[in-house]
Amino acid sequence: MKGNTLAALMGAALALWSIPAPAQNSTADAIARYRELLQDGNPAELVVARGEALWKEKRGPKKASLEQCDLGLGAGVVKGAYAELPRYFADTDKVMDYESRVVHCMVALQGFDPAAVTKNPFSGTGQRQTDIEALVAYVVEQSRGVPVKISQAHPQEKAAHDRGKQLFYMRAGPYDFSCASCHGVTGQRIRLQDLPNIANVKEDAERAFTTWPAYRVSQGTLRSMQWRLNDCFRQARWPEPVFGSPATVDLITFLGVNANGAKMDSPSIKR
Amino acid sequence: MKRKHVLAVASVIGGAILVGCATYTAPTREETLQVVNSSFRDRGIAKLDRLKQSDTQIACSEAALTGKELPKDVSARLEKAALATVKYPADGAYLGDFKQGERIAQTGVGLQWSDTDKTVAGGNCYACHELTSQELSFGNIGPSLKGYGKLRGNSKEVVSYTWSKLWNSHAYNACSQMPRYGDANILTTAQLKDVMSLLLDPNSPVNK
Repeated sequence: MKGNTLAALMGAALALWSIPAPAQNSTADAIARYRELLQDGNPAELVVARGEALWKEKRGPKKASLEQCDLGLGAGVVKGAYAELPRYFADTDKVMDYESRVVHCMVALQGFDPAAVTKNPFSGTGQRQTDIEALVAYVVEQSRGVPVKISQAHPQEKAAHDRGKQLFYMRAGPYDFSCASCHGVTGQRIRLQDLPNIANVKEDAERAFTTWPAYRVSQGTLRSMQWRLNDCFRQARWPEPVFGSPATVDLITFLGVNANGAKMDSPSIKR
Repeated sequence: MKRKHVLAVASVIGGAILVGCATYTAPTREETLQVVNSSFRDRGIAKLDRLKQSDTQIACSEAALTGKELPKDVSARLEKAALATVKYPADGAYLGDFKQGERIAQTGVGLQWSDTDKTVAGGNCYACHELTSQELSFGNIGPSLKGYGKLRGNSKEVVSYTWSKLWNSHAYNACSQMPRYGDANILTTAQLKDVMSLLLDPNSPVNK
């Protein structure tokens, strides 16, 4: 399926710049140029705007906004908060990523039912963004240019990283895939899609962490980090990771620590 | 005086024990598995039982995590066990239709929660392998298989090796990344024969 999308994209890229078809390199170049052109305008801006309105709107049974949500830098501080998540929160005694934390705030501050909020966290292709996706877009935008700083000071933060690392290498399911099957070696591709070597190459981990969430052109929608993991596990033939579950937070912590120091550049735009 | 001294020593020891409790111990494999098991759920055909790892999966996960290769005797034992899973065609015919084989090589669906038990799975060979001159969109996780049959011929040994490799890749490399197309019931015997033809038939685009 991914191959088909890529093939279509490759065709589009070739048609656009009428590049002589032959070697794989020129095809890859054409895709790189296609990606470059995409950077001009990012529809994620619209989602950011909707997310900001949603953040400030009094909603839910408690008729409260999210403006008092504590994302780790204190109640109400949004600027730079995403770049330091996941982190340990004393009020829940848990390490939480942004998406599980915003659900916590929607429940605690606004009185929403957690099961209802997380029932459909991801939009379908070309559908209206979900509330969570809009709230992701707004908050991550407030960390653009801010260096990633995933803390390992608390024992639970360390444990999250270490479990995330173990899970990254865990082979399971009918295809025997782990995250490392695709993301543990440098220079690997699926079809023409370059695969970041997340575990071993700092620049690869940095690019992955700082450019998700992203607006996905081929799907016409903004995709979050939880979605990115979810769709990887689907293709790896695993069962479904529960939205915001500890194992997903562990993996994001592992990735985030590997990306520490790099500047957030999200929402980005991807093919 | 003496008593005071004893008390001081006791408090130092007490402090040391407290510090000892606060030092970090990394999660064990079992602890991590508990967290993982509670973090996934059934969806469609992708059930939780998929998290239950085989001996090979456990050994190869550990090897990848620690960056240490499997001890020789362990990899030999796993490879032997993998080879023993191979079921050869009862009719002795190994070859099918290379055109069907090409379709199987192009298709990546099957066994995902977005598929159903009616979905005819593909082999997705191009995701990882170069196979033909015509298809430029190929991956590189596995080696190029262009000219596979032309280079190797189709002796009994080559045919049997290729079938076994497709059926259970771990037979020749304990921690191979290639799916066990036969052993894990990803492709049917008929589909495997089509893929065999794609690789071995002199008229297949792989050998042109």
